[in-house]
Parts: sequence; structure tokens; C-alpha cells
Amino acid sequence: MSLFWSVFIIVLVLGNIFACWWLIRWTAKPRKGEAAAHETTGHVWDGDLTEYNNPMPRWWLWLFYITIVFGLIYLALYPGLGNFQGLLGWSQYSQYDEEVAAAEARFEPLYARYAEVDIAELAQNDEAMGTAGRLFANNCATCHGSDGRGARGYPNLADADWQWGGSAEAIRHTLINGRQAVMPAFGAALDDSQLQATAAYVYSLNGRNAPERLVAAGREQYQTLCVACHGVEGKGNPALGAPNLTDEVWLYGGSLDTIEQTLLNGRNGQMPAFAETLGEDRVHLVSAYVYRLSGGQEARDELAAR
Amino acid sequence: MDTTAAYNDRVVRQFTIMTVVWGIVGMLVGVIIAAQLLWPALNFDTPWFTYSRLRPLHTNAVIFAFGGSALFATSYYVVQRTCGVRLISDRLAAFTFWGWQVVILGAVVTLPFGFTQSKEYAELIWPLDVLIAVVWVAYAAVFFGTILRRQAKHIYVANWFYGAFIVAVAMLHIVNSLAIPTSLTQSYPIYAGAVDAMVQWWYGHNAVGFFLTAGFLGMMYYFVPKQAGRPIYSYRLSVVHFWALISTYMWAGPHHLHWTALPEWAQSVGMVFSLILLAPSWGGMINGIMTLSGAWHKLRDDPIIRFLVVSLSFYGMSTFEGPMMAIRTVNALSHYTDWTIGHVHSGALGWVAFITIGSVYMLVPRLFNREQMYSVPLINVHFWVATIGVVLYIASMWISGVMQGLMWRAVNNDGTLTYSFIESIAATYPYYAVRLLGGVLFFAGMLIMAYNVWRTIRPAEAAAPAVAPAANA
Repeated sequence: MSLFWSVFIIVLVLGNIFACWWLIRWTAKPRKGEAAAHETTGHVWDGDLTEYNNPMPRWWLWLFYITIVFGLIYLALYPGLGNFQGLLGWSQYSQYDEEVAAAEARFEPLYARYAEVDIAELAQNDEAMGTAGRLFANNCATCHGSDGRGARGYPNLADADWQWGGSAEAIRHTLINGRQAVMPAFGAALDDSQLQATAAYVYSLNGRNAPERLVAAGREQYQTLCVACHGVEGKGNPALGAPNLTDEVWLYGGSLDTIEQTLLNGRNGQMPAFAETLGEDRVHLVSAYVYRLSGGQEARDELAAR
Repeated sequence: MDTTAAYNDRVVRQFTIMTVVWGIVGMLVGVIIAAQLLWPALNFDTPWFTYSRLRPLHTNAVIFAFGGSALFATSYYVVQRTCGVRLISDRLAAFTFWGWQVVILGAVVTLPFGFTQSKEYAELIWPLDVLIAVVWVAYAAVFFGTILRRQAKHIYVANWFYGAFIVAVAMLHIVNSLAIPTSLTQSYPIYAGAVDAMVQWWYGHNAVGFFLTAGFLGMMYYFVPKQAGRPIYSYRLSVVHFWALISTYMWAGPHHLHWTALPEWAQSVGMVFSLILLAPSWGGMINGIMTLSGAWHKLRDDPIIRFLVVSLSFYGMSTFEGPMMAIRTVNALSHYTDWTIGHVHSGALGWVAFITIGSVYMLVPRLFNREQMYSVPLINVHFWVATIGVVLYIASMWISGVMQGLMWRAVNNDGTLTYSFIESIAATYPYYAVRLLGGVLFFAGMLIMAYNVWRTIRPAEAAAPAVAPAANA
């Protein structure tokens, strides 16, 4: 801030503090002809309201003085008087940086050791997974749930279904960079009957019954509008985060109504990037946790064999 | 003296009745949102009944409807009696009554509908803000106009505090509400970022300092000596604590923004003045309590005196707690926890509501020409129910607040947080239950008061000729 504002603040702050001091001294001074202590001042209001001229309690005055002196000392030591940083040179930012540095120095070696272990192997380490579980609870559970089973719009991490791929490397990539899944809104491209037909077709993709006439018409729309991301067979594409439409898993719901809504308005899935917030070493650890949540290597081998 | 002719008591009666009515409404909403925190399903998936819409309704109703009506009622009553003149304008006084009720009804309609300017304790949309400003200017005209015509040379101390409250609230309200309207219900504040936050808390903390403190100290300075029948303890003390209080309160707002993007010098200044504020605040408590000394025997059989003494005790307690919470290090623990909620309610229920309730019990018989309240034992019941309610409320929020603060900062040996946020919420539930019980008790006390007031003023009771105007009338 400019010198003017700095001086302005200093004058006002100190002025007000010293004014309090002066006020006490000035009021405490005995005056000629005034009522003695324990007598009333002589004024009467509303018939019977009067005031004693008692002195201020001494302990109270001391309290007042002490807070004033404390305030002045504090303003000498800490930033407060305009641009003056205080004799201690303290700032909340430097305190934060120091505390973070101290924490890093203390905890980083642990995470660096974990980061050297392969994700699939790390997922077997119970102690490491205890730490990872607490990181998950404080960073991921808000959306994915404390058990990792997700919620509407937030993928279930505890099953074998993966929107962006479930390999150790894919999971780590998702955590580091985040993901943005965009299902475009087709409201403008489809009229009502086309919308119904397309929804019916998507509905039928995992083997459910829908009126044949609608399904046939919907297939045409699908081949034009949806095929690019979800593929000819509707199996999806993990590279784009396009879900598989032929299984039982529905991120936003699989009812006919919900599918229509999805087609009409589109969907935006946002997974934030955690490289900055957690740092790569902790992300590595949490990746192992998520890897383990969905069953670890055994589940993956089983899936591959199918 | 026939007070009904000499003084305008009609507007005082109106505001006094509405104090009781709005107290019940505001506290009922408080009980509802306390229950919603315990049982979230109680919002019934109804937008206007959700916590987020009802919470501002609760704060506005208790501060501005209940507290505001009490301040209007008592200031009009006190200024007339201590100046020995009638209010300068009955019409203007009536305008302040009806105008203020329209503001409150506006709040009751707009807030549940979700119309808000999102400033804490100043949520009302700009058309209502304009109406508040107009009513407030009229209030100032009536009050200060009456002071100018006073018969006594000296202005009684209660009027200093009422006067400071009226001037400061006008300034705070107008500066904080400056906004550019974009439609009838929408506007954008002229401030942005940290400046906006600072203006909001300059307003917010001074709303506490001038609306909920200075105004009610005015009430204290009339009703305490009146009911005790004793002189004010120390004139000098009232001079020092008045000027020190109003000058230091103005600086204290930044303590609401510790450890934020607000420049550090402002945070420090806020903390320092909050600490210096301790003695001036206690000056009011000392003057009140010491005025009662020599009349302690009245505590035995006068429940009104009990309300007044307990209110001063809570005032002293919360004005000690406030400066402590303003210290950076303490604030790092207490901020964003239920401790703040407990602190606010020790002031709002223990101090503001208690002194108001005591004053209402004194005012009603005087205003309606009755010898005393319909039932003194019921005042006593109210006193105990309300006291237990406040204690349960504050104690539960203290414990849960400190617990939350400690849980949030607990760290394991591997550097991870010991508790996830949701665990701290789960741990808070028992305290939410105790808080709800405390709130229900306090609310029940208000219903007892309403019944007592109604039985006192209903015409049937007046059939017996009033023996003599209430003592001191």
C-alpha cells in the first residue's frame, strides 16, 4: 500500500488506542464541586433514576490498561501498523510455508519409499493401504463414497467396470491429470420420435426388451450420432471415457426416461486432477488403493480370462 | 400523572406485542433448523423448507424482528420518560412500526423463496434494503427529535446507547448494502473479493456491537435501575465504557477473517481492538450488576430481577469469550466450528433475549395499566426453563466446537488426517440433539411468556378497576 494509506492507518489505530488511555485518565480526574463518591450526581430522570458518582473499579482499570499495553506490544511485534511488518517479521504465509516444509521433511521419505514400489505390489501392503485409505477418505470419499462404491454420476470404483480403464497405469493417469467426460447434448439433432427411438435402442443394447419398431429406427440414429464414441457394438471406448452400453452398469441411470434425458441434455463428468493437491507420490499410493478396491490383480486376471 | 395522554404509548404497546410474536416465530424457525441438522430428512425435499433458506429467516427473525421490535419499543418508552416529553411525531412513529413490520413480512416471504443477496445478516434483497433505510431515517428523526425537545438538561445514559445504536446501524446498513440492481430481486454488490468480505464483516460484527450490544445496553441502563430501585453504580464508568465501546467496536470486524486473504495488518488490528474491547464491554456489566448490589434480596422473590442479573452475567461471559476467540491462535481452533454458534447464542439468548424478556415483563403491566403480570409464578417458570435451555445450548456447542476443531487438526504419524470430515459430523450428532433440546426449552419459555402476556392484557382482566397505575408510572 502507498505511504499515504500506511500513515493513515497508523495514525488512526494509534490515535484510537491513545484516545482510550486519555479517556480513562480524563474521566478519572476529580473535579471541583462534583458530588463525592457514593453520592448521586444530582440529576434525576423519570422520577427516580439517579446515578452514583462512584470511581471506576480499580481492577477494571487495570484490566483496561493491560489490554492496551498488550495491544501496543502486539502491534510492535506483528504486522498491523500499515506497511510495518512487525519486529518478529512474522507472516501467516511464511508460517504456512514453514509448517508445510516441516511436514514434507517429516513425511516425504515415507511416500517416496512407497512410490518406488509397483502399484500392484503396493496394493498388497496393508500398512501402506491403511495410509492410502485415510487419504482416500479425505480426498476421494466426498464423491466416490467412503466405501468407493460411488453414487449417481460418480463411478463405482469397487467393481470391475472402468470408464477410463482399470490398469494400474490408467488409474494413476486419471488421478494425476483428472478426466473430463463429455456426452454431448443431442436435443437439437433429434426430434421427439427420433429421441424415443434412439433411447429405446440404447436401452435394448444390454439385452433388455424394447419395441422392435423403435429399436430398428433407433439403430439408424445410433450409427450416425453415437457410434463414434460408443462404438459399433456399443462397447464404449476407455480412451474417450465413453461407457460400455451393453452391460448392467449405468453411471447416470439406465431407465428409458434417464437415457432420454442423457441424450437430450448431455452429461458432463468431472474428475479433478490431484497432481497439485496430493503430489505424485501420494497419488501413486492412492492409485494402489483404488486398484485394490476393485479386487486387485486376481480380479483382473479373472476378467482377462473371460 | 396520566401517562397515556402525556406519552405516546400506543407505538410502544404495538412494538412490545410484536416482540413477543416475532420472538416466537424466530425461535420456532431456530428449533426447526436445529432439528434438520439432527434429522436432515426433515427438509422433506421441499426447496423453501431447506436449511439453507430457513437459516437466514431464523437469523433475520430473531435479530431484526424480535430484537428490533424490542429496541423500538423500549427506546420509544425510555426516551419519552427520561426526556419528559412525548415523541415528536405520532405519525412518524406509526410509520416506523408499520414500515418495520412490512420489512419483516418481506423477509418472511422472500427468504424461503430463495431471494437473497447472500450477505450474512444482510440477506434481504435491495427493495427491502431501501425500505429499511427509509424506516431507519424516520426512526432517527423521531428519537433524536424527541431528545432535542427534552426537559431535563442532561441526556440520560440509556439514550446515549440508543442514539449510538441508531446512528451506527444506519451507517452500517447503507454502506454494506450498496449494490447495483439488475432486476427487482437481483443486485450485485459494489465491492469485490477481500474488500467485500471486509465490508460484510465490518457490518456483521458491528451489527453485533451496535444492534445487539449498544441498543440492549440502553435497555439495561433504564430497566435495571428501575426494577432494582437503585441509582446507577457509577456515572464515570458509564462515560468511559460508552466512548471506549463505540470507538473500539468499529475496528473489531476483521477477527471474522483471520487466516484468510484479508491483509494481515487488518487481521492484527481487528484482533488488538477486540482485546481492548474487553474492558469497555465489562464496564456495562459492572455498572448493571453493581447497581443491583444492595438489592440482592430482591433476587429471592422477583423473577424479573433474575432475568436481568442472568442477562448481565451472560453478557459478561460472552464479551470475555469474544476477545479470546479473536486471538489468532485461538481462532485457528475455533473458527468454522460450532464453538462460534455457541458463542453467538450465549450472547443472543443469554444476553439479548434475557434482558428483553425481563424488560417485556416490566413493560406490559405499565403499558396496559395493570398492577402486575397475570402470573408471577409463571415468570419464574419461564426463567428456569429458559436458563436450563441456554445452558444446554451453549455447553453442547462448546463441547462439539472444541471437539470439531481438534478432530480437524488431528494428524497421524504418516501425515494423513486422523478423521475425515464426515467423521467429525457423525461425532457432532449427540450435541446436535442436546442443542435441539436446549432450543425447545427456550422456545417453550417464550410460549409461557406469550400466555402470561395475553392473560395480562386481555380485556376481561381489566374489568376489575385498576387499583393504581403500576409502581413508578
